[in-house]
Amino acid sequence: MLLAIVFVVSVGSFYLIHLLPGDPAVVILGTGDNPHNRAVLYKELGLNKPIWDQYFIWMKNIVRGNFGTSFISQTSVASTIRAALPIDVELIVLSQILAFAAAIPAAMRSARHPDGPLDRLLGATSFTLLSIPPFIIIVLLVLFIAIKLQIPHTGPSSYVSLASDWVGNLESLALPAFTLAIASFVVYYRVLRSDLIATLQEEFITLARSKGLSSRRIMWRHAFRPSSVALLGTAAVNIGGLLAGGFVVQYLLAIPGLGYTLIAAIAQSDYLLVQGIVLVVSVGVIAINFLFDFFINLIDPRISRE
Amino acid sequence: MSEALDEFTLMDRPEKNDPLGVLFWICLGWLGLNIFGAVFANLLPLPDPNFGNYSAINASPGLHHLLGTDDLGRDIFSRIVFGSRVSLAVGAGAMIIGFGIGAPLGMLAAYRRGRFDAILTALMYVLLAFPAIIATIAVLSFWTPRALLKIIIVIGLASVPVVYRVIRTATMNIATKDYVIAARIQGATDRRILFKELLPNVAPIGVSFLLIGVATVVILEGALAFLGLSVNPPTPSWGNMINESRTVMAQNPWLVIFPSLAMCLLLLCLNFIGDRLRSHFDVTEVKL
Repeated sequence: MLLAIVFVVSVGSFYLIHLLPGDPAVVILGTGDNPHNRAVLYKELGLNKPIWDQYFIWMKNIVRGNFGTSFISQTSVASTIRAALPIDVELIVLSQILAFAAAIPAAMRSARHPDGPLDRLLGATSFTLLSIPPFIIIVLLVLFIAIKLQIPHTGPSSYVSLASDWVGNLESLALPAFTLAIASFVVYYRVLRSDLIATLQEEFITLARSKGLSSRRIMWRHAFRPSSVALLGTAAVNIGGLLAGGFVVQYLLAIPGLGYTLIAAIAQSDYLLVQGIVLVVSVGVIAINFLFDFFINLIDPRISRE
Repeated sequence: MSEALDEFTLMDRPEKNDPLGVLFWICLGWLGLNIFGAVFANLLPLPDPNFGNYSAINASPGLHHLLGTDDLGRDIFSRIVFGSRVSLAVGAGAMIIGFGIGAPLGMLAAYRRGRFDAILTALMYVLLAFPAIIATIAVLSFWTPRALLKIIIVIGLASVPVVYRVIRTATMNIATKDYVIAARIQGATDRRILFKELLPNVAPIGVSFLLIGVATVVILEGALAFLGLSVNPPTPSWGNMINESRTVMAQNPWLVIFPSLAMCLLLLCLNFIGDRLRSHFDVTEVKL
């Protein structure tokens, strides 16, 4: 299954270049179109060979970590991706910490008294947040926090790298991480709440209650683990979406992660770079999905036994 | 015989439906207003959305310009009404493609089962693993020049696997119900079962998912506009408007706030209507 998916993804990414109208060499070379570069490119991509041979040449290079050299920026695609990827990872990790830290306690409280005042309030809030796209949240946050309140490092183009100043780095990633966290929070809260409510109807919860265990212990020790399966499944899909959703947020704040790099590459018609990023992100998303499937089996062994 | 079948269908409906409530009708009204504005934008007494009135740049909301003007002196209200065309056209168009392909396949696969279902479902799950947003961004950035129809086609095709999965799950839940089995035992044709038994029961789930799908697509179009992959300026779209006004939002925040509000209200209504319909028809088995 995994192999089939990776195969489809790789063929898809490979074929992208051929969606372009005209000679792929002209498009890939862009402003760097001269006889020398053209000869190099033809040799590297095997452009005068049949399309399946081209695919295998391309695939062989990719497996060796060679994504080609951009003829527009004269840098290797692999090194560009290697520089940008850690920023995406940091952004996603931060946003997921925030989202889980808010969603788990909120869902626990809601599930303890479904339809109570707190549950209704959280339900209405999460529903409203669901209807505000991340790019609107980030634009409004920038407007109020970076422009009106003048908090340092929060505005556009003020990214500070982790290596140079970690406090500044956290400040510069605070707004995008928060924005992505909101979208995740809504999804996690809703999924975990409905699962917890279902789990609390089960007999082993009634048994735990009749043993006189505290309601806190029941929620954390007995109800949370079986209810977290759907949460993890959702998180896997959501993180894949975040990679892409993060693109817009990164672009708006000029944070040099993969998203920003991708959009800049699209604008400059740097197609080899676009192709490389699409492939890396797609495979990353698929890997995350499989990793989470593995975790889910650890948490609830009943699933793999079925 | 058909009376007996109808009775079965009636009996299986949930007895107490969750009432739809006032908010549902308000949302439906707002959605209707949006559609009306988008369809009849040309006929409404609105100023040209692309006409820059240089004597009224960055005007505040008022009588002449209901929601003010932007930094080029264009009427914001008019641009929002015309901009809704892009959002709604992409939302509706993409879902027509997604449902047009995904829904019949999903129903057929769930009803037929067997090898047809196995192969199709495996294929759809492979496609589902490919992040749709990345695929959309990638294809649109390579498929030049950009046009509204291309955006609709790409997003529409990207939504097929999701629609397929939802409709297939919903159909499978219904296909195992007693009244469908009864119809089959009585010798009803496949066609009759699909159209008279399954379709009416899958439709409510489909409609509620359709509305939430339109909301998702509207967000996606907005994101594409930010990336410069949606319709080309100066054609107004909500995403384009928010994106273009970012640079001047310190001076005139309304430029960002009004189109954002328009988009959020539409999304809220779509999500709310979809959610109410879903609980009204009491569909708990289908996870969206």
